[in-house]
Amino acid sequence: MPTNKNVTARFERASDQSLLIYFGEQITPEANECVRRLLHLLEQEPVAGVRNLHPAYCSLLVKFEAFEWRHEELERQLGKYIGRLSNVKLPEPRLMEIPVCYGGEFGPDLDEVAAMHGLAPNRVIELHTSATYVVYFLGFVPGFAYLGELARELVTPRLLSPRRKVPAGSVGIAGNQTGVYPFETPGGWRLLGRSPLKMFRTDREGLSLLSIGDRVRFVPVSRERFAELQPA
Amino acid sequence: MTVIEVLAPGLLTTVQDLGREGFGPMGVSPSGAADPIALRIGNRLVGNAESAAALEMTLLGGVFLFPKGALAALTGSDFGATLDGADLPPWTSFKVKPGQTLRLGPTRSGARCYLCTQGGIAVQPFLGSASTHLLSGLGGYEGRALRKGDVLKMGDSAIPGCSSYSSRALSTSRCKKVTPKILERLLPRKVLRVTAGPQSGWFSQAAEKVLYGATYQVSEEANRMGLRLHGPPLPEGGHGAMISEGVSLGAVQIAAGGMPIILFVEQQTTGGYAKMANVISADFSSLGQLRPRDEIRFERATFETARNLLLEQETLLAAKDLIVETTGDRKGPL
Repeated sequence: MPTNKNVTARFERASDQSLLIYFGEQITPEANECVRRLLHLLEQEPVAGVRNLHPAYCSLLVKFEAFEWRHEELERQLGKYIGRLSNVKLPEPRLMEIPVCYGGEFGPDLDEVAAMHGLAPNRVIELHTSATYVVYFLGFVPGFAYLGELARELVTPRLLSPRRKVPAGSVGIAGNQTGVYPFETPGGWRLLGRSPLKMFRTDREGLSLLSIGDRVRFVPVSRERFAELQPA
Repeated sequence: MTVIEVLAPGLLTTVQDLGREGFGPMGVSPSGAADPIALRIGNRLVGNAESAAALEMTLLGGVFLFPKGALAALTGSDFGATLDGADLPPWTSFKVKPGQTLRLGPTRSGARCYLCTQGGIAVQPFLGSASTHLLSGLGGYEGRALRKGDVLKMGDSAIPGCSSYSSRALSTSRCKKVTPKILERLLPRKVLRVTAGPQSGWFSQAAEKVLYGATYQVSEEANRMGLRLHGPPLPEGGHGAMISEGVSLGAVQIAAGGMPIILFVEQQTTGGYAKMANVISADFSSLGQLRPRDEIRFERATFETARNLLLEQETLLAAKDLIVETTGDRKGPL
């Protein structure tokens, strides 16, 4: 993010109690950094009457109390926050390692993804595990981290028709993103493997294993190691 | 502590309050009652805070035994309730004697009925709320819909001077009902008012003509996450995938086939479809009463109108004569 320039943001009304702030219209590390800085600032210095925040790649949805704010008033208030973004210091990112057992029944789409790109399945695993990803945001369901960017050789469109049930822990790719399904949900991402870790649990401080801004690496593990790592 | 024994759960019965707000950064949506107006009024009928936890039943109600009695109320849709065989009117509180059984059937009106009991349903809160989030199995009673044999505890009585539930508390609390003239103005609508969505500009006039002219039918797959609609698809242009962004409650998103989906209380927190419109806050409770195959239409509203309608609704809910004591102390069927 440019630290010497003013950040430009665009407001859009999403509903009678929410508005969207866009930092550009593309998925870029800079735009996402603006989102994370604004989220951080709004968490540090909450605006009264703001009820919820939904960060994404290059936008932040702000839900507010309709009786306390009109869109234009809240936009002015948020504009002051946005004006301070270049001075916001984000906490040092954590590096998180996520073990994954690739292929087989855990990664039913590994061979097809490999074939689509003319790669050996092992090469797909190598590419997937060699990058350090950024958690752009958590969304969709509790604890689902949108990770980017995927190696260019692995960029693959999502499945034409989503699976009705994707098992919890499944590691998938879609477009230039990758992520781990925290719960058994429907899903259209192509599945390369499965992690034994619980991505979201209520008996842990912070609940979600990953937080926005974290750096993530995937580590390949054997079927045996997977079984050992699986919580009882 | 008094309890409710679930003899039959009904089709889909969950513990809900007014939801958990503020956890969007973790991907946790608020959840909460699908018809918050019904929940709020139901709680007031039994002397609870509006936000207390209650049972939300869907399309087909359950059968509940009260071994120690209770003060209860049913709000929302009429599920043909009886207490030990005697009919119970909705929107009225009633006393349940120890050992009596409350039986609900299939709906006679909308999708959801709320069973509110004095003291509320006591469950371990998750992120500050008792609401069940079914998809992730979090909150509520073990994160799931109720099953036969479940036993729910009720919180302490809200009656001043009564630290715990007792027959004395029951005999001193008066039964209440909702003033019909006010209730009438809070009942669910089938014409949903919407404001422009964040991508409304992506859609052609032809698409607008379809969305605001057509009648849509609620699909069988409608649930607490979203209401899928059937009807004329919108003409090409605008719909399809986009960069994922935060989505708001009541967003009318247009999926690849040109068919609208209304995001609901257990919504995903972010999504990648264009939102053409958004149901106004004053009509959220109406969404909660839509059944599969119900026919709906969309009507455009300005943000100013949406705000005024919400203010009007809150004024009705705050009206002093919304809830009145029933004439004669209705003790319920003997």
